[in-house]
Amino acid sequence: MNRIAEIFESLDYGPAPESPEPALAWLASRGNAFGHFIAGKWTRPGKTFASDNPATGKTLAAVTDGTAADVDRAVKAARAAFPGWSALSGYERARHLYALARLIQKHSRLFAVLESLDNGKPIRESRDLDIPLAARHFYHHAGWAQHLAREFPGLVPYGVCGQIIPWNFPLLMLAWKIAPALAAGNTVVLKPAEFTSLTALLFAEIVEKAKLPPGVVNIVTGEGGTGAALVDHPGVDKIAFTGSTEVGKRIRAATAGTGKGLSLELGGKSPYIVFDDADIDSAIEGLVDAIWFNQGQVCCAGSRLLIQESIEERFIAKLKRRMATLRVGDPLDKAVDIGALVAPVQVARVRDLVKTGVAEGGQLYEPDIEIPGGDCFLRPALITGVSPSHTVATEEIFGPVLVAMSFRTPDEAVALANNTRYGLAATIWSENVNLAFDIAPRLKAGVVWINGTNNFDAAVGFGGYKESGFGREGGREGMTAYLKPGWEAALKPAAPPKAAAAAAGSSEEGSIDRTAKLYIGGRQVRPDSGYSRPVHGPGGALVGEVGEGNRKDIRNAVEAARAALGWGTGTAHNRSQVLYFLAENLDYRAEEFARRLRAQTGESLAAANREVAAAVERLFAFAGWADKYDGAVHNPPSRTIALAMVEPLGAMGIVAPREKPLLGAVALLAPALAMGNPVVLVPSEAAPLSVTDLYQVIETSDVPAGVVNIVTGSAATLGQVLAEHDGVDALWFAGDAAGSAAVEKASIGNLKQTWTTRGLAYDFADKAKFEGDYLLRRATQVKNVWVPYGA
Amino acid sequence: MNLRVVDRPEVAPAGKAPVRNPGFPLDLDWVGRIRMNRSALERRAMTIGTRRTVKKDWQVAWLLRAITLMDLTTLNSDDTSGRVERLCAKARHPVRQDILDRLGVGNLRIVPAAVCVYHAFVETAARVLEGSGIPVAAVSTGFPHGLAPLDTRLREIEASVAAGAREIDIVIERHLVLTGDWPALYAQVKAFRQACGEAHLKTILGTGELATLTNVARASLVCMLAGADFIKTSTGKEKVNATLPTSLAMIRMIRWFAEETGVEIGYKPAGGIAAAKTALDYMALMKEELGTHWLTPHLFRFGASSLLTDIERQLEHGATGRYAADYRMPMV
Repeated sequence: MNRIAEIFESLDYGPAPESPEPALAWLASRGNAFGHFIAGKWTRPGKTFASDNPATGKTLAAVTDGTAADVDRAVKAARAAFPGWSALSGYERARHLYALARLIQKHSRLFAVLESLDNGKPIRESRDLDIPLAARHFYHHAGWAQHLAREFPGLVPYGVCGQIIPWNFPLLMLAWKIAPALAAGNTVVLKPAEFTSLTALLFAEIVEKAKLPPGVVNIVTGEGGTGAALVDHPGVDKIAFTGSTEVGKRIRAATAGTGKGLSLELGGKSPYIVFDDADIDSAIEGLVDAIWFNQGQVCCAGSRLLIQESIEERFIAKLKRRMATLRVGDPLDKAVDIGALVAPVQVARVRDLVKTGVAEGGQLYEPDIEIPGGDCFLRPALITGVSPSHTVATEEIFGPVLVAMSFRTPDEAVALANNTRYGLAATIWSENVNLAFDIAPRLKAGVVWINGTNNFDAAVGFGGYKESGFGREGGREGMTAYLKPGWEAALKPAAPPKAAAAAAGSSEEGSIDRTAKLYIGGRQVRPDSGYSRPVHGPGGALVGEVGEGNRKDIRNAVEAARAALGWGTGTAHNRSQVLYFLAENLDYRAEEFARRLRAQTGESLAAANREVAAAVERLFAFAGWADKYDGAVHNPPSRTIALAMVEPLGAMGIVAPREKPLLGAVALLAPALAMGNPVVLVPSEAAPLSVTDLYQVIETSDVPAGVVNIVTGSAATLGQVLAEHDGVDALWFAGDAAGSAAVEKASIGNLKQTWTTRGLAYDFADKAKFEGDYLLRRATQVKNVWVPYGA
Repeated sequence: MNLRVVDRPEVAPAGKAPVRNPGFPLDLDWVGRIRMNRSALERRAMTIGTRRTVKKDWQVAWLLRAITLMDLTTLNSDDTSGRVERLCAKARHPVRQDILDRLGVGNLRIVPAAVCVYHAFVETAARVLEGSGIPVAAVSTGFPHGLAPLDTRLREIEASVAAGAREIDIVIERHLVLTGDWPALYAQVKAFRQACGEAHLKTILGTGELATLTNVARASLVCMLAGADFIKTSTGKEKVNATLPTSLAMIRMIRWFAEETGVEIGYKPAGGIAAAKTALDYMALMKEELGTHWLTPHLFRFGASSLLTDIERQLEHGATGRYAADYRMPMV
């Protein structure tokens, strides 16, 4: 029978190949070998490694493995270019970004084909998603470049940004990194992932064509060692990394104490929650976009399916049927859903995890569909019968493997969804707006999609909670990741603290002994240690004693703070009222607090009065902020609203500065509380009595139990315990450089967000700096909730 | 719910005629449980043409199949016997024989599934098509508004069947959907089905006038429960006719109905499908959502007329490698 007649009967799909020839010709024109792109020039290929096509195993090009010297040259080039680039007008930088966007568009098919060859992703995805979104990022950020000074007054670029990107969306991740960095006035050294360097190298050609000043964009290829050299380079002012949580933690540790800016976009095990009132067929189709998009190699993949028990059976049956119509095939075939994974090593990892899942009792389903030969193709997989205690329910698989669980109630859905170290994204399916908006704020994730999934746009911030990292990419919130206050650069080292000489005598003659206890869970409690530490005045006289807090006290305080997390979900008006009340009650006792300050620090009465008054004013300021530092509605180019919600970080540790014992503590406490974070506060080690005196103020101000917890003792010791505590979501440390470095290093356990003063002379009395949003931004994280709509 | 009358809905038993929809009691609880999320349906619909595409021989074969799935239609107020005769003549020879020969499929039977006309031209069409095996479909029940007296509409169906129509495309009263009067809609469609007798019943929902996709889906279900053999989008006279998202809402109801009852209902998008590429998108959508076996005249139809010329042009391109011109194809 004639072939057409056969197909007329079978209605099979045939091949629909996209030609690789133009991309291969481009590679050939470059001799199939690449050096780096540094200072606007191409270096000669050095020691190279092969960049392979995962679909065929064939080598596409030789790519240079960057050395520390290469990185050094690139950083120096970026440094040299920085003054000129950052001094350009916003309009001039906007024109450059616009040119990059246009050039990506003009060469979009070449980029798409090259990306699919190098990465293995279906041409449909690179053509329709990766490349257009990359262009969109440059267009969007051209606008930010132009409006930078207007929209971000007082903020300046970091300088040289070192950027390390993953292999799953090579050009798109490059765009997410480079566009905001350049818009903000930074210059960059970017290292693409070793599996997928080619589109970054093609982008370097675009940079040449766009006539960007040399050194503004530098591309250094290489493996892990190259990335490490970039992270460690002292000439880099900020590191932006997207990749695994494991490497993210190493970068956090490596940059600890350096003062380098850091944003991390890491792994995920994102829940995909389907309620019984969902459009079920659409929720199933959504899963195709969630977990079988890009072979499941997506950091925000909806990889944990949570189905309401009442619809579970029907849902799974329908899902299996849908899986059977997925097509796995040549990435350059226009009609495949799933292409090749990026490399055999990833395939092996996925297979191992699936094996573990089955060994632990999960039931594996793979549809009986054809897949191509070769090392990098996998069938889509579903593992049912999974519980949170199973490996596959917690480990990021980073492949086309979905695990499924059921839940009974909305509360249980939330609990299961949040039962993970990660917090990148979450998906909710329900046709009930009340239910969906009840759940969205309770999910600990930086992105929540309602009735949709894997939506991305340059106007909407993307980034994680918890061990999925910090910092945002896209939108206004993404721009702030590449800007810092101009005044920070001018900070001088703080004067070393004077050692107080112990001397005999007490200044509290005749009074009844008052040994301050700790304040935990709304009660004054004795320190676990049973020891007290003396507080000496300026002349060495004993002015009082406070409890010697230890790690168990911190443990108890963190427990109390976590039990008080509801502080952040109550109304902002209520928080505002409580802060006003605190101010009112402190003001009432201003004289007493001033005397106490004077006794501890020896400052003049006028100065002490000023400090108390400033503390009251600061409480007032943040009472005023509580219901005003709020979110935004973004406008992605679709019939969707994206609500950028400002949420608290969670339970916060604060180690208050040694100086200004009252104002310093209040300056940090007030913004943290205003934004809804319960706090464990370690007061000034030298002069803690001004904070322990606050117990009574707190007790009379309607502060709910556990919202403020105070543990006195050694700042370094207690700060370390807080930094290591996995129940602490963020830590502010006002102290010396060594202590700052130590807490930053210790923060990697749960990747808590840290803010440290690194021994610099921050002036907390300065209202221009500390009464505004500087600390509010550091006390919050932005969650973007996408809501597509339409009757 | 357990309405199942057939155990294996996916494959009709070999050699046996597929089960005709016997009709089921109106299940308002089921109607009330339907949820259609427009944005999600649009996302799926928008990507079907980019997720699936057929090229070269595959495209030719699919387009040949598309012709056999066509209700070749003329529904204009200025139709005449002469116009209808011309349409029927084209139905007998939808593709130039030299094109078919060149493609090596000269022996395939490529004719449209039916010819669709107003009642006034049923006799003409039946006469001209006699011996061709191509059935005549009539639009009926006060097409396109569907608001003539019920008795008039029932008599119209009977008259069309008597005149030789083997398929009847009825229109529903849109206000019954907009006001949620499902019992009334159910009763009417059931009455239409009865009036059809052996003739197959296609129910036109007028989706462009039903406001929401959830309405479209609910109306689809009520018509299927009432005994429809096909559900159809549009008369071609509404401002918005067949679209992919609307189609998705309807065919997912067909799928759900089959899951629950074992009975397979046909789908007919109509109005505005004029390009071969669009037809392929619809076929891919059917294949993906319902399965390949739905792409038979028994379960799928395009309501179209100018589509045929575009397909014929694409076929000639497939045969010669040169782009074709419409004036070289015999007019529909």
